[in-house]
Amino acid sequence: MRISSLAIAVPLLLLTVSCRQDMQDQPKYKPLGANRFFADGRDARPIPAGTIARDELNDTDSFHTGEANGTFLDTIPLKVDSKLLHRGQERFDIYCSPCHGRTGDGNGMVAQRGVKIPADFHTDRLREVPPGYIYKVIKNGYGAMGDYGDQIPVNDRWAIVAYVRALQLSRDATLDEVPPDQRSQLSEERQPQPGAAR
Amino acid sequence: MSQYFSRGANSIARITIFALVVALCSVLWLGYLIVRSPYEMMQNEPREQPVPFSHEHHVGGLGIDCRYCHTTVEDSSFANIPATKICMNCHSQMWATSPMLEPVRESYRTGKSIEWTRVNDLPEFVYFDHSIHVHHGIGCTTCHGRVDKMPLTWQAAPLTMEWCLNCHRHPERYVRPLDQVFSMDYAPPPDQIAFGKRLVREYHIQSLTSCSTCHR
Repeated sequence: MRISSLAIAVPLLLLTVSCRQDMQDQPKYKPLGANRFFADGRDARPIPAGTIARDELNDTDSFHTGEANGTFLDTIPLKVDSKLLHRGQERFDIYCSPCHGRTGDGNGMVAQRGVKIPADFHTDRLREVPPGYIYKVIKNGYGAMGDYGDQIPVNDRWAIVAYVRALQLSRDATLDEVPPDQRSQLSEERQPQPGAAR
Repeated sequence: MSQYFSRGANSIARITIFALVVALCSVLWLGYLIVRSPYEMMQNEPREQPVPFSHEHHVGGLGIDCRYCHTTVEDSSFANIPATKICMNCHSQMWATSPMLEPVRESYRTGKSIEWTRVNDLPEFVYFDHSIHVHHGIGCTTCHGRVDKMPLTWQAAPLTMEWCLNCHRHPERYVRPLDQVFSMDYAPPPDQIAFGKRLVREYHIQSLTSCSTCHR
């Protein structure tokens, strides 16, 4: 009797040897971790007042503001190539398409569900705004649209600007404007896309 | 004087010793199984959250990309929980008076963090980097499951070391094309192993299984 209860108790005791969790839960700060030491309960500390920015602040030049001498930049300050446009397309689809729609006409899923319907990119007003204007709207928001400066880094904002321009051009482009070597590819892909029809 | 023990007692004694060893091992084995069970790992168990956020609605229903909210997943080891501001991009207008979203509005008003419960919580002796995985063709759903079908979020994988190593030893079984990493409904091709081996070469994926890869 005594031996059998010992036979159960010893293994059970052995099971408890790993019950300390010091390695599992180390006393260190983690991204977005909770912290009872600080009044706001966060591991992440705000930057102390008076901190001087090094290296990355650069938020006053035209590349970062979209403006020069009080007017919007009328060019995209990056080399606009297919790589930039594809990046812009990807980022546009992530951050902008929920409201603006994949084609930029303002019928994104979220817009359909109740936020203020955003402006259609394919209007004369928005076709004519300078790139710096679009950049600034991404960075600072506009009307009911919140700012996306925190979600989209500077280069990606300009990539999106380039892609918005491409979307606008594509709406009214004729086949003659497409480089001759890509025309056949275009007519192959010309099947009507659901949602793109107007 | 009669014998205290019958002839059979020898056998009973042998069987008892043998049974004791078996019992001891079984208890240890059972403990091992329990410690690694989905129950103990809290796998497939929706977590209570301050706001009943539904990935099913936001990802599956609205088609919002993972990166709209988890903005750092491509650049950082840590895939961030979005700032309250990101929720408010839409919810300043939609469901703007819903009592369910009051914790979000309160956080936005006061600057106080929403205290979400962590769902995929690795032990802190494990180093894990999201960015390297998404840049080498490991899809979100490979580890996180079909998040677009989770009304409340749960941990889809066991997150045991065995599970990590399973992929680190055989990345060709799980790797997918880079443009499909954030896709929810990606299905591997029938010839995944051959296809995977090609991607492993193309993306320069190494089978990293040394201790210090993850325990640094």
